[in-house]
Amino acid sequence: MAENLLTVENITLRFGGVKALTDVSFDILKGEIRAIIGPNGAGKSSMLNCINGFYHPQEGRITYKGQTRKQMRPYEAASQGIARTFQNIALFRGMSVLDNVMTGRVLKMKSSLLEQAFYFGRARSEEISHRSKVEEVIDFLEINAIRKTPVGRLPYGLQKRVELARALAAEPELLLLDEPMAGMNVEEKEDMSRFILNVNAEFGTTIALIEHDMGVVMDLSDRVVVLNYGEKLADGTPDVVRSNQAVIDAYLGASH
Amino acid sequence: MLYREAGDFKTTYAKDQALIPIRQDRVMLYIAIALALLLPFVASDYFLGSIAIPVLIMVIAATGLNLLLGYCGQISLGSGAFMAAGAYMAYKCATAFPWLPMPVSIILAGLATAMIGIAFGLPAVRIKGFYLAVATLAAQFFLLWLFTHVPWFVNYTMSGVPTPPPATVLGVYVTGADAPNWAKYLFVLSFTAFLTWIAYNLVRSRIGRSWMAIRDMDIAAELIGIRPLWTKLTAFAISSFYCGVAGALWSFCFINTVEPTAFDINRSFQILFMVIIGGLGSILGSYFGAIFITLFPIFLNSAPAWLGLDIPGDIITHLEFMIFGAMIVFFLIVEPNGLARLWQLGKEKLRLWPFPH
Repeated sequence: MAENLLTVENITLRFGGVKALTDVSFDILKGEIRAIIGPNGAGKSSMLNCINGFYHPQEGRITYKGQTRKQMRPYEAASQGIARTFQNIALFRGMSVLDNVMTGRVLKMKSSLLEQAFYFGRARSEEISHRSKVEEVIDFLEINAIRKTPVGRLPYGLQKRVELARALAAEPELLLLDEPMAGMNVEEKEDMSRFILNVNAEFGTTIALIEHDMGVVMDLSDRVVVLNYGEKLADGTPDVVRSNQAVIDAYLGASH
Repeated sequence: MLYREAGDFKTTYAKDQALIPIRQDRVMLYIAIALALLLPFVASDYFLGSIAIPVLIMVIAATGLNLLLGYCGQISLGSGAFMAAGAYMAYKCATAFPWLPMPVSIILAGLATAMIGIAFGLPAVRIKGFYLAVATLAAQFFLLWLFTHVPWFVNYTMSGVPTPPPATVLGVYVTGADAPNWAKYLFVLSFTAFLTWIAYNLVRSRIGRSWMAIRDMDIAAELIGIRPLWTKLTAFAISSFYCGVAGALWSFCFINTVEPTAFDINRSFQILFMVIIGGLGSILGSYFGAIFITLFPIFLNSAPAWLGLDIPGDIITHLEFMIFGAMIVFFLIVEPNGLARLWQLGKEKLRLWPFPH
């Protein structure tokens, strides 16, 4: 049995009178690919936002790497090795691919402001050593040819890949992917699935992903948690979830 | 064919990340530096004193605002007030510690202005865009009010408009009424060159990328681990430092008085125009903007005389305003990304010329 990397317990998140999440609990094991699925508005993205500290749930606890918190803070989450990509691409549009990926390493750089101003000492050596790290990620995701292109000029599929590169550059332990394949064609989805599996296999990165393409979810993930209207509907291996009556009802509609 | 990087291969990341990776660009820079150093030998005293010096000083101020607005995306309408702060702080430093070398006084004034900039940058933690612009307007009015109404800042001078003390660098007067224009020019040039180099270093380092990340997508930046508070405040501090140094030089090396009217809201707008016309997020654009905004009115003013037209002076002034305003509007419609973008497009065209495919 692999150890727990992250446990969320009884998370309840409210926006005024709207309950986005109600009493949701699940865990993510070290090294697994965990899918979070559910119909639109089920609270999947809100769940990720709670995990990396962007939303603060009113109730419940989050235990990450053995430390229990009522809520995470974004900076804390990032420095503890949680990285993520976004449903609507959140790249830095005015910057080149290389600069975007370099930004992913911001927390690993230690040079002082003065060193950076004069570009000497650690500032200089860090730029070069981190560049070679970043180039490994760029190689890995096969985006070498576009490294100096401003991301605003790239097609959608490549932007998604650059976003993954930026998250990977931080060498995360837990990678949160919010619909990494939304809006992609079949070839792009196959590429992205290959990258996700490779990241998991080569770096041992734990991955939590939200995805709507059931084929992808069933093929990629080790375990699936299903949310509907902010509540947990089912949790288990793809086969268990697929045959769960409540899940089928939520997706296909139940006869009344 | 004229401008290309083919054959200029990089074998290490260090070389690829050099400040100016393309050989031809480096040659251009050396030529520009040589020309700038040779200028005092060929240019007239009028050109040095009334055109070159103010342009170089405004380049510093525009670079400062560009770091804040163009790179970090935080708008400020207080640049003029920060220049004033620099001027008054430099005056206080130079009179309270006359033994300090003048460059040190000016740097100290810049640092003091950076502190003031941080104080007025605090609202940026909570508000953005137009609201922030209005908040920084408070700096503009409050600081100028402070400097005019507290006589301590002018050492209780009766007139309220003191003259900067004369000071020498390497035995030559660089400030005060006796300073020759060529010495003031070289003094200002060294500041401009140094601060330009610093600015380029900052924007290619971690801090520059953090600024741009905050500008482009602040939520994603925060989730990557960039602290918005620290990042925005460093942008305000460094931007104010640049404006402060520019203000000190403006008072000490150009107008030779320390007075608030030189740094009113019009100055803030002038710097803002320089940054927008020159190109947001481009250090070179600050140069283009400062040159354009400073020289174009002078050109408009003297053009009728060159053409032999006999137009009364007041009409020329009105025409100048109209044409200048129309130019800005025209420019913003045709090339909203500024002169720096035109420069970049020109370079991209030259890379392919004469074989466009």
